[in-house]
Amino acid sequence: MEHYYQPEIECASREDILKLQNERLVKQVKHVYDNVPYYRKKMEEAGVSPEDIRSVEDLHKLPFITKDDLRDAYPYGLLAVPLKDCVRIQSTSGTTGRRVVAFYTQHDIDLWDDCCARAIMAAGGTDEDVVHVSYGYGLFTGGPGLNGGSHKVGSLTLPMSSGNTDRQIQFMCDLGSTILCCTPSYAAYLGETINEKGLKDKIRLKAGIFGAEAWTEEMRRDIEKSLGIKAYDIYGLTEISGPGVSFECSEQTGMHINEDHFIAEIINPKTGEVLPEGEKGELVFTSITKQAFPLLRYRTRDICVLTRKKCSCGRTHVKMTKPMGRSDDMLIIKGVNVFPSQIETVLLNKGYAANYQIIVDRINNSDTLEVQVEMTSEMFSDSVSEVSRKEKVLVDALKSMLGIYAKVKLVAPKSITRSEGKAVRIIDKRNLYQ
Amino acid sequence: MTVQQISVFLENRPGGLAEFTKVLSENNIDMRAMCIAETPDFGILRIIVDDVYNTMCTMKEAGYICSVTKVLAVEIPDKPGSLLRTLTVLGESNINLEYSYAFTTRKKDVAYMILRVNDNERATEVLTEHGIKLVDQDGISRL
Repeated sequence: MEHYYQPEIECASREDILKLQNERLVKQVKHVYDNVPYYRKKMEEAGVSPEDIRSVEDLHKLPFITKDDLRDAYPYGLLAVPLKDCVRIQSTSGTTGRRVVAFYTQHDIDLWDDCCARAIMAAGGTDEDVVHVSYGYGLFTGGPGLNGGSHKVGSLTLPMSSGNTDRQIQFMCDLGSTILCCTPSYAAYLGETINEKGLKDKIRLKAGIFGAEAWTEEMRRDIEKSLGIKAYDIYGLTEISGPGVSFECSEQTGMHINEDHFIAEIINPKTGEVLPEGEKGELVFTSITKQAFPLLRYRTRDICVLTRKKCSCGRTHVKMTKPMGRSDDMLIIKGVNVFPSQIETVLLNKGYAANYQIIVDRINNSDTLEVQVEMTSEMFSDSVSEVSRKEKVLVDALKSMLGIYAKVKLVAPKSITRSEGKAVRIIDKRNLYQ
Repeated sequence: MTVQQISVFLENRPGGLAEFTKVLSENNIDMRAMCIAETPDFGILRIIVDDVYNTMCTMKEAGYICSVTKVLAVEIPDKPGSLLRTLTVLGESNINLEYSYAFTTRKKDVAYMILRVNDNERATEVLTEHGIKLVDQDGISRL
């Protein structure tokens, strides 16, 4: 039987949803125009005023907002309410040194939690479940989002956070976790470890909600088999709220976007032109209920397809495919967004040349990141400890910038392949996009 | 009294050292001594040669990252206990040894130790005081 958290919204008719979107969009555009000078200026430059936006059909008149805008407006430039009304900050990677910070009012947190509650119930969750959250807690939205959703459902919430696999499995066995929330690669790793330890009989998991990174259908089958569960995809981004912007239902054929909160468009990433339903392009979101940090027409850089085909689960909200790629060079490693430009910034700051190569792989279901840097005369020394010390300085600086460990490999000068004078920077061996 | 050691950055991969020695061979460079310090990813090759300038020019031309470091070369009797004597003198003078390696030549009954220490001047002074023979760059060329 299908469970819904808010059936009146999740299964509402298209007309009702559209009506709600129209009302909320008009109100949101006015809110943003009145309270965010950065937005007002952008709109004026684009020659559009709030009166021009009377319904979703007028949405295309608004200018896009991108990660560059978030960087330029850092930290408070896009805040639409007084800071005293905000109760939370979450953060994600920026393209260079500055991170993106997103603000939430209590109302924003409530709506975000609702979205995650819908995802948990779509995965079969009820107040009798034990929701085991192994996403990281902290600035990353994964942990806090699913944690809040689980509370809303009334499930018993285990705020495990990431890491310490032995303890994760121990709690899973002892406390009878039934729904696991983490990155798909960590789920695969947990499954493997549980089977190695011969503990599969001791776990009571029935479902998993996995997101924050790309995964294939093949990985889904492997995880479902190794953990004996049904594995559901979830999608989201900090800029828009966090996990739960869209989520999978029992049909497992795409993720329903919470259209009462977010309007989705698909555009041609090169021209910005809006594409008709069913065409592949870049996903753009407009948040119509967020108070503190409402983004209008935010370019996600994720490439996917939207479909309104009738879903057997009964939900009426539009479905998106798994992201099929990116329209920029962002990598998602261990669930963390990494931009090559961040790595380049660190290398240049530390006196290395901009000739480098990033090698991403997945070994034993865990992502690895290696940064190969060409050795320079300045960095070289006859002493191993001196070279290692400089190498460690670089490793620490990368960790601080990216939030994840990157192995540094010093290679011989001119050994990194150059094409037309520019180094080929990224080698992703994971083949995550189907 | 020091000698000049050339250190070369080498990637830790099959054939890396062979390529390097091929360059030496093609340019007729004779090594007096050689030692490799290795890490999982790279190695630092240290060599002692007669003509440091010529060798450095050759290495740079071949695209290698290299540097010159002043190290000590001591001549010790080729018999048990003589290295101990040298190291004891350094230790008692609180001079730290970062690395060392040995080589012999056609000269009978003696061996040579390359010593990389934290204070060349002071090490030269105390070793000389204790009658331990040091060799300079010209001395290396004559070996």
